Amino acid sequence: MPTARTPRRPIRWHIAVFLAPAVLIYTAIMIIPLFGTLNLSLFTRGEGGTREFNGLANFATLFGDPRWSGAFWNATWNNLWFFIIHMLVQNPIGIALAAILSSPRLRFAAFYRTAIFIPAILSFVIVGFVWKLILSPLWGVAPTFMDTLGIGNWFAPWLGLERSALTTLALISVWQFVGIPLMLIYAALLSIPDEVLEAAEMDGITGASQFWKIKLPLILPTIGIISILTFVGNFNAFDLIYVTQGALAGPNYATDILGSFLFRTFFGFQLQLGDPHMGATVATVMFFIILAGVSLYLFGVQTRLRRYQF
Amino acid sequence: MTTRKTLILTTAIALCATGTVAQDVTLTIESWRNDDITIWRNQIIPAFEAAHDGISLDFQPMAPAQYNSALNSKLDAGTAGDIITCRAFDASLQLFERGQLADLTDLDGMANYSDVARSAWSTDDGAQTFCVPVASVIHGFIYNAEIFAELGLEVPTTEDEFFAVLDAIEADGSYIPMAMGINDQWEAATMGYANIGVNFWNGEDGRAALIAGESRLTDDAWVEPFRQLARWSTYLGRGFESQSYPDSQNLFTLGRAAIYPAGSWEIAGFREQADFEMGAFPPPVPAGTDGCFISDHTDMGIGLNAASPNQEAGRIFLEWLSSDEFANLFANAVPGFFPLSSAEVTLEDPLAQEFLGWREQCESTIRPFHQIVSRGTPNLSNESWTAAANVMRGTWTPEEAGEALQSGLSSWYEPHQ
Amino acid sequence: MSARANILRSSFAHAILIAYTILALYPVLLIVINSMKSRRAIFNDPLSLPTRETFDLVGFHTVLEQGNFLLYFQNSMVVTVASLFFVLLFGAMAAFALAEYRFRGNLLMALYLALGIMIPIRLGTVAILEIMVAANLVNTLTALVLVYTAQGLPLAVFILSEFMRQVSDDLKNAARIDGLSEYRIFFTIALPLVRPALATVAVFTMIPIWNDLWFPLILAPGESTKTLTLGSQIFLGQYVTNWNAVLAALTLAIFPVIVLYLIFSRQLIRGITKGAVK
Repeated sequence: MPTARTPRRPIRWHIAVFLAPAVLIYTAIMIIPLFGTLNLSLFTRGEGGTREFNGLANFATLFGDPRWSGAFWNATWNNLWFFIIHMLVQNPIGIALAAILSSPRLRFAAFYRTAIFIPAILSFVIVGFVWKLILSPLWGVAPTFMDTLGIGNWFAPWLGLERSALTTLALISVWQFVGIPLMLIYAALLSIPDEVLEAAEMDGITGASQFWKIKLPLILPTIGIISILTFVGNFNAFDLIYVTQGALAGPNYATDILGSFLFRTFFGFQLQLGDPHMGATVATVMFFIILAGVSLYLFGVQTRLRRYQF
Repeated sequence: MTTRKTLILTTAIALCATGTVAQDVTLTIESWRNDDITIWRNQIIPAFEAAHDGISLDFQPMAPAQYNSALNSKLDAGTAGDIITCRAFDASLQLFERGQLADLTDLDGMANYSDVARSAWSTDDGAQTFCVPVASVIHGFIYNAEIFAELGLEVPTTEDEFFAVLDAIEADGSYIPMAMGINDQWEAATMGYANIGVNFWNGEDGRAALIAGESRLTDDAWVEPFRQLARWSTYLGRGFESQSYPDSQNLFTLGRAAIYPAGSWEIAGFREQADFEMGAFPPPVPAGTDGCFISDHTDMGIGLNAASPNQEAGRIFLEWLSSDEFANLFANAVPGFFPLSSAEVTLEDPLAQEFLGWREQCESTIRPFHQIVSRGTPNLSNESWTAAANVMRGTWTPEEAGEALQSGLSSWYEPHQ
Repeated sequence: MSARANILRSSFAHAILIAYTILALYPVLLIVINSMKSRRAIFNDPLSLPTRETFDLVGFHTVLEQGNFLLYFQNSMVVTVASLFFVLLFGAMAAFALAEYRFRGNLLMALYLALGIMIPIRLGTVAILEIMVAANLVNTLTALVLVYTAQGLPLAVFILSEFMRQVSDDLKNAARIDGLSEYRIFFTIALPLVRPALATVAVFTMIPIWNDLWFPLILAPGESTKTLTLGSQIFLGQYVTNWNAVLAALTLAIFPVIVLYLIFSRQLIRGITKGAVK
């Protein structure tokens, strides 16, 4: 980092030049429209369709009205469970596969990496469709396959049962996105200098203990990024739910997460008309949840992480 | 020099003049019916354009799941097409109240429609109408005639006969008695509850009583259909909890299931996919009732974007939509979507004709929760999806379902408080 | 370490990777296989490969008759590539500024640029559409490029600034002593060094753009500006029964994006192996 060179510096125009294009486009096309929308949460539709200032009344409804708050907390807890599954399954698998892939002299590494990443480039329509087909009790691959293994009795219509639907969807999502932590960790592992690893080998640190003692500490910043990306991604997710379970996030709202709750409220569904004001209220609360997580990371974790420059 | 200028000028004027006479207008049609894209492009549009010089049509359908939200966004920003396909009841009413749909009350063709047909696209007092009623869909059951013949089954007309037929198919064991799943939830509410319920709440009378607050969802009339649905569960395929809607369709059209709780819109698709004889019967009546009801639901209307620059051409098109010519063309091109106009329509498809024939035997009503009672939060219609699916899954009793729906309705709807 | 233990370890590694590869590819294969079968065969035996009796391309015929897929494909390509270019260039510039210089409000600026990943951009649809109407950009690919650039920037800045921090100060300071301008330092030193991260961001950015249905539907639904994803939506109708067409459409949608990914993936490998500073 270039620390203060002289007490009085000229205006560093290049900083502005570097930042300007991104900030301008982003502010005009994204931030202004989005905050215009969030602003709707402070208003309500008055008589005759006019917009009336409503203060924080919409928030009071969201948290105070038992129906709204029931739906909101249901979605929040489901979302948390969705996130926990990703953290416990997706990221460890991604790290493990990246660790295996990055071992030197591994043949076909490029092939494996490409293949494992392919689910992540598919659209949600495809992912939802194919997994519904696989898990279908009628012609699904899963029941047939389990029958041949002799565990056909264990098969259940997972997506249709309240106790298993959310976990099943979370695992489908893990299947789809495991390539993302894999890629990031892989890039991070490959950029560890050979000298570091050679030095470790000299000291007799090899194999698993080399991973735990040397590599893992070095890739911690990347794991931090992955965690925060998973958090943000999960708390914004909704497409997979829409495609597989529909906007009502059945069975009995067991798969409703904040994203699906938000889109149902904001845009409406079937006879339920969209309510931009309550929708914006939900979006604002979601925004603060995610902002809290990201700030925790930016101010609490990122600044404390030890980085090694190579 | 001057002569040349004059020449150019007169030519220009002449060009302008011809321009206004045969001004070519293209009307863009917004629709959720992307299933019908070939029908519009190959049959309906050519028929209209042949008779109307200077107006051409551009049918731009999108996937139904995005339709409402995408349309609303486009209307708000002023980029929506000239012609808008209207969902029934509140979704379109809201557009009209915001001034986004044109008032069509004075359209000559409106005389061709009954008040009931217009009700789905009229203000609550019926004074103004904003979409031309285009199609309704009728509920009932489609059966595999070959399986019925093989097992020697009679078409059921009463509730007892219906369950006797299901028992017989189950006892035989070669076929799944009924093809329906609850993964998508709406089948349970639409093809289940709204389909058979009409005979329990007595059609329009029951629907009106509910709107007026005289009948409650915890009454037998509204709970009994749930009890019937709970009985259905045993006749459905293995793992019906996660059987999706296309699963059910394929199960039936591949000849693996005997009966399919249907909406008439299935006819076109089933014709294409199934290679066996099919028949249909209306919802079986409970013991001790005479007369019967069918759910003959106003489903699709077509209106005019109030902000469209082509109001005149749009009205010409809408007048044509209300003609007998269009009614016949549409009904035969999309069998299973029945015209709402009073036009004499003859259908070539016998299955569609069978459904349509029920209008003579039974009294028509629309789905119970579509008008007025789904205007608040929680939304009664959407809640009924969840409730019907929960009952069939066995996680709610029929009585619990009735109570849940009633308490939701009471929470915002004054006549029920 | 003995050679035997080495072989054991490497076959163990291969076993795990092969197992996972099957898990990842099998569902995709399932779609492709079944898209080439007759409808009855899809349901009677979804696992088997198409045989002479069950081989049927009816789905593809249905799909290809329905629209100008070559044009749709071209539109998708233009939009994706152009958006990627701007996201990577502007994103890397901003990330460099945030990672390289200490200035007042640095952290706040980082947070500001990250806000975009916290709210789904779809909520701003109406306002975005109004901007595009005002700028007369409705039904142009430019509108899509602008939206996707804005949408991709937050994540790009977020990831790239982390990687920019790992670029060696010694190199940059040496360049400064040599009198290189900050711009040259960015383009000739920092940018090449973060190539692996650039390739990663490219892939991450590309996926949602290619697969997006919403903004093409709202901003550019016209026939001449339809993207591939929007064009293939007509097969996912209200009452989807034609699984042949659905599977064929899905197959056709899968391939271009896989090819695109393979192109970037090669860059990625090259980037990772060459670009990693050792």
